[in-house]
Amino acid sequence: MSIELRQISKRFGDVLAVDDVSFTVAEGELVALLGPSGGGKTTVLRMIAGLEMPGGGDLLIRGQRVNDVPVQQRNIGFVFQGYALFRTMDVFSNIAFGLSIRKWSKSDIAARVEELVGIFGLEGLERRLPHQLSGGQRQRVAIARALASKPGVLLLDEPFAAVDAKIRQELREWLVRLHHELSVTTVFVTHDQEEAMEVANRIVIFSRGRLEQIGTPREVYEQPVNEFVARFIGVMNVLELKVQDGAARLGELSFPVHGAVDGQTLRIGFRPYAVKVSPLPREYPCRALLKHVFFLGVMLRIELETPDGLVIRARISKEDFARLNLVEDQPVSFYIREYRVLGGDGAFTGQSSAIVPPGFGEGI
Amino acid sequence: MSEKKHRILPGFGLSLGYTLVYLSALVLLPLAGLILRTLHVSPADFWHLATTPRALASYRVTFGASLVAAVADSILGTLLAWILTRYHFPGRRLLDALIDFPFALPTAVAGLTLADIFAPNGWLGHFLVPWGIQGAYSILGVVLALTFVGLPFVVRTLQPVLESLDRDVEEAAAVLGAGRWSTFWRVIAPLLLPPLLTGFALSFARAIGEYGSVVFISGNKPMKTEITPYLIVMRLDENDGFDGALVLAVVLLVFSFVLLGVVNHLERWAGRFQD
Amino acid sequence: MAGTIRRKITPGDVRSQRGTEESVWVRWLLIGAGGVVASVFLILPLVNVFWQAFSKGGAAYLSAISHPDTWAAIKLTLLVAVVTVPLNSVFGVAAAWCIAKFEFPGKALLTTLIDLPFSVSPVVAGLMFVVLFGLQGYWGRWLQDHNLRVIFSATGITLATVFITFPFVARELIPVMKANGSDQEQAALTLGASGWQTFWRVTLPNIKWGLLYGVILCNARAMGEFGAVSVVSGHITGRTDTLPLRVDKLYNEYNGAAAFAVASLLALLALVTLGLKTALEWRTAALQDRAQAVGSDADKSEADNHPSNAT
Repeated sequence: MSIELRQISKRFGDVLAVDDVSFTVAEGELVALLGPSGGGKTTVLRMIAGLEMPGGGDLLIRGQRVNDVPVQQRNIGFVFQGYALFRTMDVFSNIAFGLSIRKWSKSDIAARVEELVGIFGLEGLERRLPHQLSGGQRQRVAIARALASKPGVLLLDEPFAAVDAKIRQELREWLVRLHHELSVTTVFVTHDQEEAMEVANRIVIFSRGRLEQIGTPREVYEQPVNEFVARFIGVMNVLELKVQDGAARLGELSFPVHGAVDGQTLRIGFRPYAVKVSPLPREYPCRALLKHVFFLGVMLRIELETPDGLVIRARISKEDFARLNLVEDQPVSFYIREYRVLGGDGAFTGQSSAIVPPGFGEGI
Repeated sequence: MSEKKHRILPGFGLSLGYTLVYLSALVLLPLAGLILRTLHVSPADFWHLATTPRALASYRVTFGASLVAAVADSILGTLLAWILTRYHFPGRRLLDALIDFPFALPTAVAGLTLADIFAPNGWLGHFLVPWGIQGAYSILGVVLALTFVGLPFVVRTLQPVLESLDRDVEEAAAVLGAGRWSTFWRVIAPLLLPPLLTGFALSFARAIGEYGSVVFISGNKPMKTEITPYLIVMRLDENDGFDGALVLAVVLLVFSFVLLGVVNHLERWAGRFQD
Repeated sequence: MAGTIRRKITPGDVRSQRGTEESVWVRWLLIGAGGVVASVFLILPLVNVFWQAFSKGGAAYLSAISHPDTWAAIKLTLLVAVVTVPLNSVFGVAAAWCIAKFEFPGKALLTTLIDLPFSVSPVVAGLMFVVLFGLQGYWGRWLQDHNLRVIFSATGITLATVFITFPFVARELIPVMKANGSDQEQAALTLGASGWQTFWRVTLPNIKWGLLYGVILCNARAMGEFGAVSVVSGHITGRTDTLPLRVDKLYNEYNGAAAFAVASLLALLALVTLGLKTALEWRTAALQDRAQAVGSDADKSEADNHPSNAT
């Protein structure tokens, strides 16, 4: 089932939790609502479920306006952050709850629960109480319970927050597979950009109640529409620089910008992967000291300090690191392959390609 | 771990020693005295004194009224705990503070004022007595007084549990299609059962031993509204009623202890789904 | 379930969603029913005490209060409380110290035994002391021969009251001390404090509010106890009548207004007890709220600290 939000807003007291949000989730999509806590993403999810009433705007499910449909009648699967399992009921009764409320016959309920128990690998646990289950099992029970009455939409609130890091990875992959098999329209909330990138078909990014950007993981990473998105998705270096002779400069660093006025202050942003580093002090135009190296597995993060005291984060592969023979406290040279000018309102005003300063052309 | 603690913190011997001596002198010794003295009563006499018609009638009044009062407390206490934790209304904080009033008010005063309110010319008796509802000097009066003294137990055991309930669980039930009524009975009520049992048992136990509030309101009519504690006092005043008083006291004691044991088991059973 | 945010239900939590809350009329029906229960069982009895106390005017009230026998009852009641409350407080601290800070065999049994007086009928409690010290009991004859009195005297009344109020302070302190743990005491010891110094300067300040709470409850019960005291007192007017016994006696003498006048003193005691108790609870709640506010501020700054690299 498709979901459509048209200019939805929601106010809690003086706080505008959701501000004029519109987006569409197509049938069968797997969409992440991403943003920092307090961004409004959970409120949006709860409004889709019917647990909150929108203050304004229209909410449509499969083209039908559902603003006034009570939560009980929306037939939506909702997985709570802490799972909200009924702790007085065993696994079977938890999964069967929605079915017995809907007055399914005993035999139908038993058959459906058995089916779900099979799908979710919960065989043999039917008579266990929630406190006798592991975190991962609890989550599977919660999802099975939500899917029992075959809802058209599955909503998950921070589905991976309550399990430890090791299981989290497995569960992410499992959710993707599950979605693939059931192809039920799925929306989940997360504050973890990596999780959203990995799991979702599309990402909706919220901040302070406003929708910042919606797009595929690749789109939001490579073409962030503003500074917030750019900084929230992945790491970004941001430098505040004065314009001189048509380029933003700081010491040896220079970023040509079209239409820049001398004396103006500009914010320049670039990703760590756009920083090229060499151990030869004259290879690239800018000089710095390699201050710290952090091992992140396949990739390394290094921190450079310019003579002006700026700290720049760069990312480099393990192979490159070994090849370049870099050590801490070593003088290096670098340049920035790709950068963006960040506007005062947070939006991008343009993008420049790599600069090739005169005299340093070779080997780039 | 425990061995380590013994060595680190001082005062274990002193505090435990003092606790044991004080407990023995002021609680265990009097209790043992009562029981040992009762052993002087022959089994036949014991049985005879424990089952006189007046004693049997007093058990019926005591246990019957206490049971009814504890049930009433469970219902009224659940209602009060529910509105105090769930709803916002003027005077909520005042009501919350007043809940402990029956704990704080000396029982004699409670009995005195309740009897007065339900007496034929009292504030409520004025309206109720013409309808045949005798709140004072009747078995209903006993129930009223016992309900009064036991009310805070249920409210105060339910309140923290209601406050700590996850709202998510109720929302989960709603998303799965349950209305408020089924959510309450199928999801909330099972969670309230253990504290409710505890509150019920506490008010029941308190009611069985209660004396002060009841003697003012019951009229203390033998065979009709006389409670066992009052009969003990009556026996004590009689010339050779001492053994009779002892026997009734032991019956009350045994019942209280058995009740405590049963309650402990019930609580464990009802709380089996907790972590 | 680490990392789970538990959203608790608070009365102020008025949300606009439907389906997860009772409808407005059900809500007000329940509040109304609760109001009726509270009126019948809590408000009317309280108001009635003062109403009846002043039913014959202020002068009659004052004369009932200032009657010498009432004064004697006030003095005896205070005396009993002054002896009982410190005794049970010292015991409560000692019991809480060994139960909360140490592990030893029989601890569960000891905890049960401390609570035992709560499950004994006050009348039976009084009877226990009659068995020990009465003429038909164990040591009554010996006491009589040596011209000593326990039953029918302030001593017996105090003993019975100590029994009845035995668990109050200990019950309040054990959970408080358990929650505090032993870290602070151990820290004090490593800093060179002696056992007593540790107790006075570290433990006591940590438990003082809990102790006060227990003392207030213990005092209310000690001054208001009726059943147990009634059995051992002997009802000698002007000598062994406490305030509650005085109420009983006046009532049985068909002096209702005077009985209510004396009862109003006890009702006042109950109100003061409730006031102090509520003030303590609000204070504790406010402290907890502040602690939580500090915690959520920390969460917020953490959440704001999303991946970025500003200069």
